[in-house]
Amino acid sequence: MDTFHIVRPARKAPINQTLVGYVGSGDLEVMIDNSDSPQADIYIHSSSSAGEQRWLALIERIEANQPLPMMRMDIHDFSATPGVIRLRLEQALEQALTKEASYE
Amino acid sequence: MSNAQDSRLNTNFVEQGARKRIEYVLDSGSMRELVTPFDRVISPWLEVQGIVPQFDDGVVVARGAIDGKSVIAIAIDGSFQGGSLGEVAGAKIAGALELAVEANQAGESIAAVLMFETGGVRLQEANLGLAAIAEIQSAIVALRKLQPVVALITGPVGCFGGMSITAGLCSYLLMTREGRLGLNGPQVIEQEAGVGEYDSRDRPFIWGLTGGEQRYTTGLVDDFFGSDVIEVRNKVQEYLRKGVPDTFRSEAIQSSLDRLKNVDTQHQITSEAAREIFAKGASL
Amino acid sequence: MNTAAIKTDTVKTHRGRVWFDLLADNMMVHEGAVPSVMIANGNLAELPCSLILVQPDKNNLYPRAINGEVGLLEGWALADAIHNIVSKDAESEQKSAIIAIVDVPSQAYGRREEALGIHQALAAAVSAYAQARQAGHPVISLLVGKAMSGAFLAHGYQANTILALNDDGVMVHAMGKAAAARITMRSEEELDQLAKTIPPMAYDLKSFATLGLIEKFIDVSSADAPSSKDIELVQILLADALESLKGDTQITKRLQGENRGASRRVRELLRAQWKKAEPNL
Repeated sequence: MDTFHIVRPARKAPINQTLVGYVGSGDLEVMIDNSDSPQADIYIHSSSSAGEQRWLALIERIEANQPLPMMRMDIHDFSATPGVIRLRLEQALEQALTKEASYE
Repeated sequence: MSNAQDSRLNTNFVEQGARKRIEYVLDSGSMRELVTPFDRVISPWLEVQGIVPQFDDGVVVARGAIDGKSVIAIAIDGSFQGGSLGEVAGAKIAGALELAVEANQAGESIAAVLMFETGGVRLQEANLGLAAIAEIQSAIVALRKLQPVVALITGPVGCFGGMSITAGLCSYLLMTREGRLGLNGPQVIEQEAGVGEYDSRDRPFIWGLTGGEQRYTTGLVDDFFGSDVIEVRNKVQEYLRKGVPDTFRSEAIQSSLDRLKNVDTQHQITSEAAREIFAKGASL
Repeated sequence: MNTAAIKTDTVKTHRGRVWFDLLADNMMVHEGAVPSVMIANGNLAELPCSLILVQPDKNNLYPRAINGEVGLLEGWALADAIHNIVSKDAESEQKSAIIAIVDVPSQAYGRREEALGIHQALAAAVSAYAQARQAGHPVISLLVGKAMSGAFLAHGYQANTILALNDDGVMVHAMGKAAAARITMRSEEELDQLAKTIPPMAYDLKSFATLGLIEKFIDVSSADAPSSKDIELVQILLADALESLKGDTQITKRLQGENRGASRRVRELLRAQWKKAEPNL
């Protein structure tokens, strides 16, 4: 298991506590919570061998659509594919930014 | 907590996650989760072994109402570490049940619904998983005197190991066709006793011995039904309404001993033979 | 008066049986519902007390339970033995103590066992022990050998207090080392290595004690062939353990263990959040 802490510039936006996914084979859980720091703090636990660069690339791809909100994001990854990771990240951000507080 | 739209269309209880299962059995809007993922109480033992943790440690505990009655609802998430119980997961279950006992002793009325999806002890937290299971069992024996404790095994994981013993302590035990219930997992039996004793790859054989239908036919569970969420919810309500039973399955001592002492153990058993053995004696 | 015949060589060398016989020296000994469960009734330090043992029986009707495993018959027979003690004292203020002599290698693994509901047999034993304790019977476990997994849940883990001989042959674990290695896909050496830093994984008693589960270790000259001094010491410590219970019917003192911080933290949070989560009825 590898752990990474990635810090990204972020915009000020109201967010809801959000949790999507689960830590089962080929999947991941993504949790978004409020944070006092003026940035996006992303903490990653991953059982895959992909390094920090791949995570950074994935996050940059998501940022291309819209900048991240100020938040704390935790990712618990059980060897998910990049496609699944991207889906979960987008799902989590969408819920955090648009819906009422929700997790399942 | 609102439903995610995609799972709202899906009404098979077996395919729902732990949180969603609780939401489905509780009265709409009554669910209040305790020790939520945002409390960040993760396992203290998994990360040091290089295993990715989950924020709820695979157990969801909530207070809520069913049919207008206050309940504590607990569901194990079979997708995280096979639904195995470690220190935190186990403490969530035991601690919630202990508080329910306390509340009932103080004059409140809180029943329990437990949804099992578990292989038993999480081997990475071995002795603490086992200890927690003993504590869960103690709390259930105390609570079932005061309130109905309804247990549900729907699959896909089933209920094995020390938690199968826990299931045998509950006031009412309900299963679906996809559920399985047994003490020892098929692979463990095969390893300990050989493939001739137990072929872990023979799925029809295993289902025949430990599946919901067989467990119902042999009287080891109280009810057996389909896995549609409405049906599951109705059955949970039906059994909660029955209240505290006159006697518990774990108290059928004499009839069980009589039955077990008269089994022909010269020949290996089949699921049909098991049904006959249980049909002969008084039901458990 | 010790009337029970020692049946086989396996039994003679069974450590549990050795301790049971010596501790039951002045008690009435009888077989339970099956020969693999033994009961002794008498007194310990003037207090009424029963000893309960699960032992090997090479003639066990169930071949997967001949080596002292807790099987179908043993689970229900334990429940039977304990219920008899509880109903005998039902009207009495003075509840006799129940002492589980624990030397159980495992639950029984087999096809018949699963088909005929071994989980329910073990639940019967757990239920009986827990009810006895909650009804005010002091329940103590004395670990003299193995206390493994489901077998220990059924015979010993519901005790108020767990005492253990300070001996390498005493072992508590959720699963045998070989099976645990296979299932977690590690070698036994790797498991030993892990156990050094992860107390709940360890097979040694000292680590187990840091989990709050063992009240006291008992140093004896021989765990296999105890001397009269050893027996005397164990009797004194059992009496002490009974004395110090003072009516406690819970098992929650285990939570004070050094390595049970998360167990305590979860309970604190549950309690703090409990009221606020009350449903509006």
